[in-house]
Amino acid sequence: MNEQEKLDKTRRNLIVATSAVGAVAGLGAAVPFVASMWPSERARAAGAPVEVDISRMAPGDLAVVEWRGKPVWVIRRTQEMLASLKAVEARLSDPASKSSEQPKYAENEYRSAKPEFMVMEGVCTHLGCSPQMKPADAKGEMGGDWVGGFYCPCHGSKFDLAGRVFRGAPAPLNLKVPPYEFITDGTLVIGEDKEKKGA
Amino acid sequence: MGAQLRALWGWFDARMPSVAEQWKIHAANYYAPKNFNFWYFFGALSMLVLGIQIVSGIFLTMNYKPDASLAFGSVEYIMRDVPGGWLLRYIHSTGASAFFVVVYLHMFRGLLYGSYKQPRELVWIFGVLIYLTLMGEAFFGYLLPWGQMSYWGAQVIVNLFGTVPLIGPDLALWIRGDYVVSDATLNRFFALHVIAFPLVLLGLVVAHILALHDVGSNNPDGIEIKKTKGPDGHPLDGIPFHPYYTVKDLMGAVLFLAIFCFIMFFVPEVGGYFLEYNNFIPADPLKTPEHIAPVWYFTPFYSILRAVPPLFNSQFPGVMAMGIATMILFFLPWLDRSPVKSIRYRGVLYKSWLAAFVVVFLILGYLGTENTNVWGQFGFDAFFLDTKDIATWAARVCTLVYFLFFFLMPWYTARDKVLPVPERVTS
Repeated sequence: MNEQEKLDKTRRNLIVATSAVGAVAGLGAAVPFVASMWPSERARAAGAPVEVDISRMAPGDLAVVEWRGKPVWVIRRTQEMLASLKAVEARLSDPASKSSEQPKYAENEYRSAKPEFMVMEGVCTHLGCSPQMKPADAKGEMGGDWVGGFYCPCHGSKFDLAGRVFRGAPAPLNLKVPPYEFITDGTLVIGEDKEKKGA
Repeated sequence: MGAQLRALWGWFDARMPSVAEQWKIHAANYYAPKNFNFWYFFGALSMLVLGIQIVSGIFLTMNYKPDASLAFGSVEYIMRDVPGGWLLRYIHSTGASAFFVVVYLHMFRGLLYGSYKQPRELVWIFGVLIYLTLMGEAFFGYLLPWGQMSYWGAQVIVNLFGTVPLIGPDLALWIRGDYVVSDATLNRFFALHVIAFPLVLLGLVVAHILALHDVGSNNPDGIEIKKTKGPDGHPLDGIPFHPYYTVKDLMGAVLFLAIFCFIMFFVPEVGGYFLEYNNFIPADPLKTPEHIAPVWYFTPFYSILRAVPPLFNSQFPGVMAMGIATMILFFLPWLDRSPVKSIRYRGVLYKSWLAAFVVVFLILGYLGTENTNVWGQFGFDAFFLDTKDIATWAARVCTLVYFLFFFLMPWYTARDKVLPVPERVTS
């Protein structure tokens, strides 16, 4: 009887060990399936920088450029537009862009390398919709204190002309500023800057 | 001829007796309560719609192309050039909304008569799993026409996963298979929509029905008919599912199909609620449509998402609220402490809370289809007003009631003054 029990125990342990090894093998077999869902080599290669001709932009213009499949905005800001940035500061969530993402050269009151040209990703930091430009004369639609900026149609977030989000919006952060640099006075490259090249 | 057929059946039965056995267990000898009412049509109707979706879906895949550059065109091709293609597509699009109509009514029946309560907790859990799988199935399917709403809807929902702390961005990247919603996303959503999720759905439906038939059906009185059995061992208040309920459900199916066909033939878009107008514009990754809203069956949860303000610079709380709003359904059998099942014998507390729940669910559903400024703005300012949109505040109040219905349930169901429950069914 005693011997019988002992024999059973050995067999049981072998069964448990075999099952455990089998389960590990099963998990291992799942790896290629899960891995196949990561971006392919082709999708990874598609993220190259893009050049934009800004020489023909009039003051107040907005140009939309596609970079890595996302809309990137270039805005040539007028003096009034730049002045509006100061005026709205008290109503912003993160006026100094402390928690938001931007390259070093855009960490200033205009959030840009050159105050005149604002470059930012037109992708709402809430859930990725693309906001729309609403100029200062859209007061009827946007409320009496509107000085111009962007409005996200998905969940109603509002941003100023430096992509800074107004309080009370579902978007938690200011719009992202991508890396960029001016290679000549009239040409801008998005997706690449001196810091990145140097690195 | 008759004798030959009987002989053929005898030959078959001798070799595979389980077919006749299963028929007896699940139809001819399955005793269902005799007092089923209107609310008991929707389980069978859900299965009917599942069948409709599978058949129409198979035929749609014969002409649909899961390729970002061809998808939108192939849907137009189905609508214009494929013989009867427009009909197949309208069957499938009407079926999608009809599925949620019957499933929501079926779930509400469970709330009315306490069908989730002991001993039917597993039936309920399988049901909630079916509901979640159905939401996934509907979401994947919605990307396939590759219209503006398809694209931006997928963008928003995938980014919901991106808000999960730490792993979020990688998770969203893994789901999309690209840095943005793209051809790779469309292709995998197609695979999930036409094979993976339907298989899961079918398996869950089998589990749902097996679990139900093991414990027996609940009824509008919420009493266990198995407690009172006749000399033949069958419940006195039960009648065999076949032929009684097969015939009754058939009548329900006829009425349902009449409404279904009316919508399909005359108003397939239902004013933009079943098919959103923005989806007749091809997907444009650089331009979000002016007005974006999910299809009506997701709007209550979408409203909850929008109502929660960001905390600590993260949108995750809103996403959490939306997740909890669906996941909390799993716990319903244990949140409800009432000694009775049916609304007929419950007290005023549960009745009031259920009524409030239905009202806020409908309001949230409506608000989710509109912009947050639909009800205008408050005319005054106060320190706590982070937004002056009246609709956002209404959605916040409704969200609160939605959660209180569940979180306070252990308290109010235990305190409720219930009526005595009869021994036998009443009608």
